[in-house]
Amino acid sequence: MTEQLRPGRFVSANRRVREDRRFVAGKGRFVADLDIPGVAHVALVASQHPAAFIEEIDASEALAMPGVVGVLTGDELAASTDPLMNGLDTPHVRRFPLAVGQVRYAGEWVCAVVAESRALAEDAAEKVRVRYTKLGFVLDAEKALQTDSTPVHPAHGSNVLLDKTFVWGEVERDFEKAEEHLSFRVTWGRNSTVPIETFGVVAKWDPWEQVLDVWASIQMPKYSDQIARALRIPGNAVRVHYDVDVGGSYGVKRGIKHSVLVAYLARKFGRPIRLIEDRIENMRAGDAHGPERIFDVDVAFDRDGRVRSMKMRALDNAGAYAGRAPFQLGKPIGAIVGPYLIESVQYHAVSVTTNKTVEEAVRGFGQSPTNYAIETMMDRVAAHLGIDRIEIRRRNFIRHEQFPYTIPSGSTYDSGDYHVVVDKVLEAVDLPALEAERDRLRAEGLCAGIGVAACLEPSGGNSSFEPLLNEKNRTSTWMESCRVNVDGLGFVTATVHTTSSGQGHETLVSTVVGEVLEIDPDKIRVVRPDSLGSLPGNSPVGSRMAIMLGGAAAKAAEDLKGQIMRIAAHALKVSEASLVYREGTIEGPDGLKLQWSDIVDIAHRRFHDLPPGVAPGLTATHILQVPTGRELPKEGRAQMYPCHSFEFHVVLVAFDPVLAKPEIRRYVIGHDCGTVINPHIVKGMTLGGIAHGIGAALLEEFAYDEGGQLMTQSFLDYLMPSSHEVPAVEIVKHVTPSPYTVFGQKGSGESGYLGAPAAISGAMHDAVRAWGITFDKLPIRMSTVSDKIAAAREHDRKTA
Amino acid sequence: MKTELTVNGRAVTVDVEPRMTLLDCLRDELDLKGTHAGCEHGVCGACTVMVDGRAVRSCLMLAVQGDGLDIRTIEGFAPDAGELSVVQDAFCETHGLQCGYCTPGMIVAAHALLSHNDEPSDEEIRDAISGNICRCTGYGQIVEAIRLAAERMRQSNTRAFEAEGGESA
Repeated sequence: MTEQLRPGRFVSANRRVREDRRFVAGKGRFVADLDIPGVAHVALVASQHPAAFIEEIDASEALAMPGVVGVLTGDELAASTDPLMNGLDTPHVRRFPLAVGQVRYAGEWVCAVVAESRALAEDAAEKVRVRYTKLGFVLDAEKALQTDSTPVHPAHGSNVLLDKTFVWGEVERDFEKAEEHLSFRVTWGRNSTVPIETFGVVAKWDPWEQVLDVWASIQMPKYSDQIARALRIPGNAVRVHYDVDVGGSYGVKRGIKHSVLVAYLARKFGRPIRLIEDRIENMRAGDAHGPERIFDVDVAFDRDGRVRSMKMRALDNAGAYAGRAPFQLGKPIGAIVGPYLIESVQYHAVSVTTNKTVEEAVRGFGQSPTNYAIETMMDRVAAHLGIDRIEIRRRNFIRHEQFPYTIPSGSTYDSGDYHVVVDKVLEAVDLPALEAERDRLRAEGLCAGIGVAACLEPSGGNSSFEPLLNEKNRTSTWMESCRVNVDGLGFVTATVHTTSSGQGHETLVSTVVGEVLEIDPDKIRVVRPDSLGSLPGNSPVGSRMAIMLGGAAAKAAEDLKGQIMRIAAHALKVSEASLVYREGTIEGPDGLKLQWSDIVDIAHRRFHDLPPGVAPGLTATHILQVPTGRELPKEGRAQMYPCHSFEFHVVLVAFDPVLAKPEIRRYVIGHDCGTVINPHIVKGMTLGGIAHGIGAALLEEFAYDEGGQLMTQSFLDYLMPSSHEVPAVEIVKHVTPSPYTVFGQKGSGESGYLGAPAAISGAMHDAVRAWGITFDKLPIRMSTVSDKIAAAREHDRKTA
Repeated sequence: MKTELTVNGRAVTVDVEPRMTLLDCLRDELDLKGTHAGCEHGVCGACTVMVDGRAVRSCLMLAVQGDGLDIRTIEGFAPDAGELSVVQDAFCETHGLQCGYCTPGMIVAAHALLSHNDEPSDEEIRDAISGNICRCTGYGQIVEAIRLAAERMRQSNTRAFEAEGGESA
């Protein structure tokens, strides 16, 4: 437990977000905006087939075109670089930026064409002739799992990347003792976060300095390490520039293959190389699809509605290569029982390769699909027993006085007050009135339904799922750092050692440092040194930065304040305990006083006045270990993330039974992420997360045809929610501080998204309850809804 | 192909390939990087600019089609360096953005709306930005920003449509 600072003047205050000014003026600095002299451009030749041997690549016509610098094939690249990092221990699932010998999904990059402009590179790419021999392929995860399925990576021997069963507690005993059982299957469709800015990267090799400069639209832990490893160059030969604005990511901006490719090309051709995905490259071969997951759930419960035990099998379709994506089956282990008292769980995690685009980390890292399965379970149990859906959740919630509470899989939840949040939401929503409104809509002939969902947002991202799913992996720290300097004129500058993609890290750091040092955050400069000048960190993943960067910044500022107090005590010749720090001025007994400028003067110029043990220069650095991250997993149990935010959704949906276009009539969310550092930022995350969840529930899917071709590869067919589909959302706030963080803050970067799909699914089911229809797959398409209603009506007509 | 454009009040002549989009021309020929490419097929609205007072997708228009037209990009909305327009300031006040990538297009769309409607309902605001996709915000704080901007413009000494260079009613 950490000693907590009280939220005060700046923390939790409704202050502006400092980053916003440059963006509203069009003065963001995105990777495509950079003007690097002498840059050449890349276009990719993409596979037309889901699986085929590459027999021959004839680039002669392309190479003869004006403005073409060169062409790179996978064979050459693979001979000179190491494979991209695998998370799991699957050495024969080798992945390079370009296909080597064989293509494994339609759209996969076969070769790269470099030219003086992107337009010329695209023209030339069309002239590259590739001769293939088509191979068998597999798209469906269940088929891929069968022993006779066509292996995507023959050397690996099967399509199974991961097959691990965990048993936590007395599952069989609890199933035997429970009064009722129920089983179901639901499927989370393949979608992603699809940022409006595609991925882009520019790399430049300086052969005299022996340094690779990289500017990228990146959100990725250990990015520079991975580039250096793949290129077989020293880690300190890669300089990633973190002062590039990233146009949205929400997990997926991990263009490691793009980065290694352009880095290799930059060295090969001796000039800066730029690759900015166009939209089709992004959708089809950006390797940024999210989880596609089948859940088979068995649940054991008593007639009073108490859930005793759960067996869950999660089968994930990872696409053509492994990467880090299979770990998305691991992270949900840290909240596998959701907000509920479930005493035992069996969890069977399976990941398979198929001939689809590669999966990448998506907001929540597998948690939102898992929450959808858990919440569907609660709805089905309620329906089975005829108990109200909110009441059944209340009966199963962990109670406020039970925290910190350790769940069967080994994670301890820090704090929560679930019953109170639900009460507050129900009061705000006026449930009887909402039910009356639903019934009124039904009386008008519409389908109308109310959905609810309760779920957790594990936050503070460590990476315990790595050693949990891969025993060779010994990761037990996922640190984050900050440095705070006071310069010779007394001005404060703090550092961020990563890129940001809209999370407001500069606001976070300045707010926290301002709070501790009691100075106006607007007067604090926040900078981003490049990776070679940076302290260690793990980037904004796992809803962690409020906790980790905020924590590191506060600790560094406290360290600085400690130095100031020691300097003052020495100068005033009194004890430190007799001094009071007030807005940068130090006050002692008998009217003694030392100004900020005096401290700065001593620290920067007067070594002879410094107390022993205080270094000159007024600077402090803090490297923060993840709270609660102390050890490796033991016997299949792990302490996953330290903090657990809570959300409770209530939604009213209505639609015409024939057209079946769902309209969200009311959306209320209760949100408790502990102490809020900036209310605007947290609100925005929650609203944006809900919009993203609406997409996942009703609209967005990377759909493939039987031939293995991606059908939804533009914004005309991959449908993202617009301002018409996303309703006004009401947020009900509650604050249960975390005991493990500096201000009691928890994460909020995944809020809204983690419960919205489940809540909307629940509302859709409530709307068709009269017919007993179920929707077992997200997104719930309009056509599915209207077809099922038509079939049910036809059935009713025949049996009438 | 020589093309004469008026961009942010300044007459410029560019020599471009006929196939170059207005978006690429603004970014690469005129170094106006505030207009962004999102989908390049006319759905997301990140490339929105004002052409003769109307919000237009610069990815769907060729630079040569802009010949003789009055084009205003996000760089043309701030009254002075370091000074924000009412709409830009309102976006900062409500935090109507996160990553900032769709933001220039949103602000152009908002200016276009407010230039002919100084008291838009929430429904009209949502309609006006429905061709601009934002993946970060869920639109809530954008709607608030435009509502706030409209209110501030109504309360200011100069009427909104005049301040924005629109036709007077």
